[in-house]
Amino acid sequence: MSNEILINAVYIVAACLFILGLKLLSHPSTSRKGNMVSAVGMFLAVVITLIHKDIIEYQWIIAGIIVGGAVGAVFAKRVEMTAMPELVSLFNGFGGLASLAVGWTTVIELANPDVADMAAAVTGGGTNTSLLLSIAYISILIGGITFSGSVIAWAKLGERMTTGAITFKGQNWVNISFIVDFFVVGYLLVQNPQDPMWIYAAIAVSIMFGVLAVIPIGGADMPVVISLLNSYSGIAATAAGFAIGNNILIVAGLLVGASGIILTNIMCKAMNRSLMNVLLSGFSKPVDSTMKIEGELKAMTPDDAFYVLEAAQSVLVVPGYGMAVAQAQHAVKELQELVEENGGEVVYGIHPVAGRMPGHMNVLLAEADVSYDLLLEMDAVNQRMETFDVAIVIGANDVVNPAAKEMKGSPIYGMPVIEVERARTVFVLKRSANAGFAGVDNPLFFRENTRMIYGDAKETLNSIIREFGDD
Amino acid sequence: METIYLLFIVVLAAFLGFELIRKVPATLHTPLMSGANAISGITLVGALISSGSGNDTLTTIIGTAAVALATINVVGGYMVTDRMLAMFKKKSGSKKPGSGA
Repeated sequence: MSNEILINAVYIVAACLFILGLKLLSHPSTSRKGNMVSAVGMFLAVVITLIHKDIIEYQWIIAGIIVGGAVGAVFAKRVEMTAMPELVSLFNGFGGLASLAVGWTTVIELANPDVADMAAAVTGGGTNTSLLLSIAYISILIGGITFSGSVIAWAKLGERMTTGAITFKGQNWVNISFIVDFFVVGYLLVQNPQDPMWIYAAIAVSIMFGVLAVIPIGGADMPVVISLLNSYSGIAATAAGFAIGNNILIVAGLLVGASGIILTNIMCKAMNRSLMNVLLSGFSKPVDSTMKIEGELKAMTPDDAFYVLEAAQSVLVVPGYGMAVAQAQHAVKELQELVEENGGEVVYGIHPVAGRMPGHMNVLLAEADVSYDLLLEMDAVNQRMETFDVAIVIGANDVVNPAAKEMKGSPIYGMPVIEVERARTVFVLKRSANAGFAGVDNPLFFRENTRMIYGDAKETLNSIIREFGDD
Repeated sequence: METIYLLFIVVLAAFLGFELIRKVPATLHTPLMSGANAISGITLVGALISSGSGNDTLTTIIGTAAVALATINVVGGYMVTDRMLAMFKKKSGSKKPGSGA
């Protein structure tokens, strides 16, 4: 009994550390400390759990921790900053799978009458086995959806599979049948916990549903999906905590669950869409646009771009995924320094959903040592757009697309964008004139004040930088 | 009764989570998500209990797999978040935005 009190007391400390950690994470200058504080909380929670009375064998635990720790550390050390969204998504999937496994073992234990008593002792309440089984089932379900959904998100982000929406005929009916399956399988599992077939069925249904739920979502909406799945992984941990009667799992899981939903909501607002619209947009028919894009593309060489930049007093950089792919963030920073030496000013306009993850651009620019107080949010740069001599769009399409305001029926209609077309001159650094990730044509490219600079963003920037050097 | 207490915790923790995240600037969304993701690896605690309980072989195998997976999430998640956050620096002497033009 004293052990149980000790464990729970330490859990309370751990919960406080998680809360404090999340709070510190909300400001750039304290965020690193916040992450550390939260990691200490995790360490405490794990270590104190080892004295739990149910743990009688340690060899497997140690093996699991060594293997998992090594794999996690190698991934974390090796990953390129550009591949961060994929990695976070993959880790998230592992967390979901772990919750699924905890739910699975809980069902096995509950099905075994000897240990069922023990489980009841852990929760301290009556032996409401059906309730516990239902919760364990929910843990399996959410864990499985999180796992397979995250793996699909990982594949889409890394372009290991098509980034577009995948839909097929009768998809709605398949989804509805899955939702019915959830209830049927759940009922059968709770009635026959000894029969492993229903556990397998539960796992299969949840994993297949995770795949089905994410494939119809296009790549441009992936940031929202990752955030949502992150929230699910927290909820899965909470459900697992309920099933085994563990407080810290419930509290920590919910902190993650709630924060994930808030982030999802912030992102949806940034795109001026509802969550339902994001999740189900793959099902709506593409609307033929009534507006015709007129005008011609005006290409420009990096040499000419240099003369404009040399005279520019105020430059706005709008980065997108193209900057990430070209690894151009360091070249951008170099250009920034040169313009500043020239007496000019450079700021960055960051759209909330630029890149493949919210805040993705901020991370990349931070990698190149760009001070975070130069990174401005969309509203701040839109307000003073007319004051910018040059707006340089680096590999961003959809977040600067005027079609969002002007073209009814466009898939991105209604999304607030960075209105670079109001700047005096716009440079678009791009590989080709193709449409962006969302597959939408961009009327910006045809504007009077827009110049296209084709080629790899990094090479283009480097040629401009060389011109500065020759000066 | 126990369930009611747990539900109390659920409600309070959910509100707390909302309050904590609401004011986070967009700059930090990626590290925040990654940091929160690492916290969701708390499911490791549950995995420890099931893998070390000395029940049948199947439970031990699943439990050990759960421990390994959750540890990847925890260790990898915290390390990668730290790597990202280490890059966020405010440099002294940099020009204040909005002052120019």
